[in-house]
Amino acid sequence: MTETEPVAFPQDRTCPYHPPTGYDPLRATRPLARVTLYDGRPAWLVTGHALARQLLADPRLSTDRDHPGFPATTERVAAVKNRRVALLGVDDPEHHAQRRMMVPSFTLRRAAELRPRIQRIVDGLLDAMTEKGPPAELVSAFALPVPSMVICELLGVPYEDHDFFEAQSRRLLRGPAVTDVQDARGQLDGYFEELIDRKQKQSEPGDGVLDELVHRQLREGVLDRRGVIAFATILLVAGHETTANMISLGTFTLLQHPDRLDELRADPGLLSDAVEELMRLLSIADGLLRRATEDIEAGGTTIRAGDGVVFSTSVINRDADVYPAPDTLDWHRPARHHVAFGFGIHQCLGQNLARAELEIALHSLFDRLPGLRLAAPPEEIPFKPGDTVQGMLELPVTW
Amino acid sequence: MHTDTRIEIDRDVCIGAGQCALAAPKVFTQDDDGFSTLLPGREDGGGDPMVREAARACPVSAITVAEG
Repeated sequence: MTETEPVAFPQDRTCPYHPPTGYDPLRATRPLARVTLYDGRPAWLVTGHALARQLLADPRLSTDRDHPGFPATTERVAAVKNRRVALLGVDDPEHHAQRRMMVPSFTLRRAAELRPRIQRIVDGLLDAMTEKGPPAELVSAFALPVPSMVICELLGVPYEDHDFFEAQSRRLLRGPAVTDVQDARGQLDGYFEELIDRKQKQSEPGDGVLDELVHRQLREGVLDRRGVIAFATILLVAGHETTANMISLGTFTLLQHPDRLDELRADPGLLSDAVEELMRLLSIADGLLRRATEDIEAGGTTIRAGDGVVFSTSVINRDADVYPAPDTLDWHRPARHHVAFGFGIHQCLGQNLARAELEIALHSLFDRLPGLRLAAPPEEIPFKPGDTVQGMLELPVTW
Repeated sequence: MHTDTRIEIDRDVCIGAGQCALAAPKVFTQDDDGFSTLLPGREDGGGDPMVREAARACPVSAITVAEG
């Protein structure tokens, strides 16, 4: 590790599928670098792959966002404090109990069972798109509704309310103002209160995850209403924002790599490796936050109790010691063991579902629309700022 | 030679991420609660070279693979 000037984190990407060029000094400083957060606070940035896996699994790094010393990458992230976030904002042993409640709904088998329903949703959206177009705006016509409809079915949330919760979810993650975040929380709380009321009155419970929580855990007193709402919020928000961004940014990236795309079209057997490599390369959740609760010897230095620790997945997943030619999209490499879904006890609960959605969505999109191309110069297509989940804001396409 | 391999899963640590079953589906599966378990007759890994990959993929190091 060399001594360098702290670098600002996060920064906006210059190309939507590469880390910001401003991270180059961080990429050169492995496995641990110093960064400055939006409020001027210094933090550790984990940049090395082996150390990232080690520290993400270290119980001395807390995700309790209610702690006053918890680091924040934006004013908005800071504003989410003081409200318990289920799973992601809770340490063990409480986290383990929460995760156990959710696991049966997110197994590999469950994801495989959902494939025909995901395919039906994807086909329906592509039917609607081809009836109206070309052209189309792919984020609103496809990338967002696919995971939104899937998570609605899985949770037991009526999809007809999607305009409402997609808007609130967007405000929760992107603001722009701090008051947007607070108001969005209130709106979602109110919405779920009513939904719980309606589900409690049903004599025949539906088969969604929320139906199970209301008719079992809430009734048995394992969870209170606030606990149910905490689950509902994180599953709904995490369930569609992340996958939607992977579909939009994955499509953009593939269209910018026509030779790779031809190869993928010719051999759908490459699909699961392609999705894994896209996950690694795009690393859309770039900046996982933790706070050290004890001194930790790591990377030749000491992370002090109370220090903020940030994991840049885009930098970690391009550690050249693990992934040679790390900036190249190449699904013939073993991309396994990337940390795009995180690692340790908080590794993404929905990762098996996300893989199924991405495989079906990307395959069907390029299969149905062989002439799919961008309908605007790539450099003019807007993408998300660095302080939120990465992805395309819009994706104008034609075919 | 592979008959000397022993696989142990710490079910108190397992979070049901399913990464072992994704990496080595001929050896690992998830039970009804979602937790990792070995397929019947595969307690020794059946010589599957992906067993070590499965152990490495586990986000909480719940799997240990011991030789003889």
